[in-house]
Amino acid sequence: MTSELRDLYQEIILDHSRNPRNSGQLETTTCEANGNNPLCGDRVTVYVELTDGKIVDVAFEARGCAISIASASMMTEHLKGLTVEEARAAHEEFSNHLMKPEAPDIPQENPLGALMGVRNFPTRIKCATLPWHTLVAALKGGADGITTE
Amino acid sequence: MTTVSRTYPIDRIRGDFPILSEKVRNKPLIYLDSAASAQKPTTVINQISKTYEAGYANVHRGVHYMSQIATDAMENARKKAQKFLNAEDEKEIVFVRGATEGINLVATSWGRANLSSGDEIVLSVLEHHSNIVPWQLIAEQTGAVIKVVPIDDDGNFILDEYEKLLSERTRIVAVTHVSNALGSVVPVTEVIRLAHKNGSIVLLDGCQGAPHMAVDVTELDADFYVFSGHKLYGPSGVGVLYGKKTLLEEMPPYQGGGEMIDRVTFEKTTYADLPFKFEAGTPHIAGVIALGTAIDYVQDIGFDAIREHEDKLLRYGTERISEMNRVEIIGTAEDKAAILSFNLRDVHAHDVGTILDHEGVAVRTGHHCAQPVMDRFDLSATVRASFGLYNTHEEVDALIAGILRVQEMLG
Repeated sequence: MTSELRDLYQEIILDHSRNPRNSGQLETTTCEANGNNPLCGDRVTVYVELTDGKIVDVAFEARGCAISIASASMMTEHLKGLTVEEARAAHEEFSNHLMKPEAPDIPQENPLGALMGVRNFPTRIKCATLPWHTLVAALKGGADGITTE
Repeated sequence: MTTVSRTYPIDRIRGDFPILSEKVRNKPLIYLDSAASAQKPTTVINQISKTYEAGYANVHRGVHYMSQIATDAMENARKKAQKFLNAEDEKEIVFVRGATEGINLVATSWGRANLSSGDEIVLSVLEHHSNIVPWQLIAEQTGAVIKVVPIDDDGNFILDEYEKLLSERTRIVAVTHVSNALGSVVPVTEVIRLAHKNGSIVLLDGCQGAPHMAVDVTELDADFYVFSGHKLYGPSGVGVLYGKKTLLEEMPPYQGGGEMIDRVTFEKTTYADLPFKFEAGTPHIAGVIALGTAIDYVQDIGFDAIREHEDKLLRYGTERISEMNRVEIIGTAEDKAAILSFNLRDVHAHDVGTILDHEGVAVRTGHHCAQPVMDRFDLSATVRASFGLYNTHEEVDALIAGILRVQEMLG
C-alpha cells in the first residue's frame, strides 16, 4: 500500500465510516438540508438543532463512500456547542485546507486533520466536502426550518 | 460470415494502442473502462494528423482542391458508416457530435412534428440518462407521456411487460441495445417487431451495442440507430445517427445554419437534401474521417472474433468474481456484453475505485448515468469493469487481485 493510500484510509477514518457518530435523525430539528453529489450519486441529509444561535445537536443520514461518511461523522462531532458563525468559519477553514494546494495541513490536534489525506486525491475532495456544504445549506434555512436542496 | 481465427491476435492488437504501454504509478495501465470511452489505435491517431497535415479544408463549400479532398474523405467515411450499419442509403447516415446529440435530434425534430398531448413514448429502466432526458424535454413541450419497461432482478428487459405497455397511443419506443450499467443485451429484434406490429417506430441507443457486435439496421428494421465514435475506438465529438430515409425526409431541421440550406432569403429558406439538412455548421471534419478509420479497424478484426474474445473475458471475469467472498455481481442477464458491474459488501464503489486506481486498474465507479437502474437495485453506485477488444485474461486477474487488496484494506 502506498503512503498516500494509507493517509487517505487511516484508522480513524475507517472507524468513523464503519461506526458513524450522530447517525440518524434528531428528536427536535431546527433546520435540515439534503446534499447530493449528482456526479456520483452520493446523498447526505444533515439535521441541526439550534438554541439561541448555538448548535446544541446535529445528526446526519448518508449514503456514500467511506470518505463522505467519515467526514460527516467527524463534522457532527466537531460542531456540537459551536455558534452558527463558528460553524460557518469551521466550514471555511476546512474547505480552504482541502481545496488550496498551498494551504498547510490542519494541525494534528484538530481531529479534522485526519481528512487531509484527501488532498492527494482531487477526485475525492468533493466526497469530504459534501456534508459541510449540506450543513451550510441547512444553516441558511435557519430557525424557520427551511429545507434547502 | 467470417470465420473466427483460432488464435485471437491479442499481441498485435495491444500493440496498435500506444496508451496501453503507459504506466500508472509505475504499474502497467489496466484499462477496464472502455464502456465510458475506448482507447484509440495508431491508425486513428495518425489519421487525425494526416487530415490536418495533408487533406484539410472546409467541406462541401470550396471549389478548390483541398476542399474537394476533405469533402471526399468525409463522404467516404459516410459510406463506411453506411456499410458498418448495413444501411440502404448513405443519405440515411447523419454525422452528429455523439449519440446524445443523435437522440436529442430525433426527440426534438421528430418529436415536435409527431407528438401531441397524450401520445406515449416507451423507454426502459435500463436507459442511460441521454436516452431519458431528451424525451422528458419533448414530453414537457408536447404533453406526451413516458412509459417505462421494467427489468427483472437479473437485469433482463421484460418483453411481456413491454408488450403490455404498447398501446394505440405509443408513437415511439426508444431503448438501449445494450445496458451501459449492467451489460444486459436487449432483445431488440423482438422489440422492433412488436413495435411495428403496433404501428410505433423504434430508436435504438447503440452506444454499447455498436462496439461489441455487428449491427444490421436493415435486417433489424430499426427506424433510428445512434452510436458515439469515441466508444468505437474513434475520436470523441463525433457520432452517427442512422434514420430511415422516409422518416428523415419528413422531419424538420434540428439546427439552422450553413450547409443545411438549399436557398436562403429573408422571406423563405428551403433546406438541403439528406443528410445535409441535419448537418448545420462545419462538422468535426478530421473526427468524422478518423471515425471512418476506426470503423475500418474494428471491421478488419471482425465482430465474430471481437465478440468471441470479449465474451470469454466476460465469462472469465464473472467466474472469478463469483468465487469471491462478499462481492456481488449486479446484472446477471442471460445475454450480456462486455460489462461487469459489481459491489463489495460494506465498501462503497468509490473507495474500491480509488484503491484499484493505485494498482493501475481503471474502472468506472458511480451510477453510470443510469440512476433508474441504480434505484431498481436500491444502490447508489456500482463498480463497473468493461472490456474492449484489447483486454486480456491477465488484466482480469489484476482486477481480482485489486479487489482482494481493497478487501484487505477496507473489508
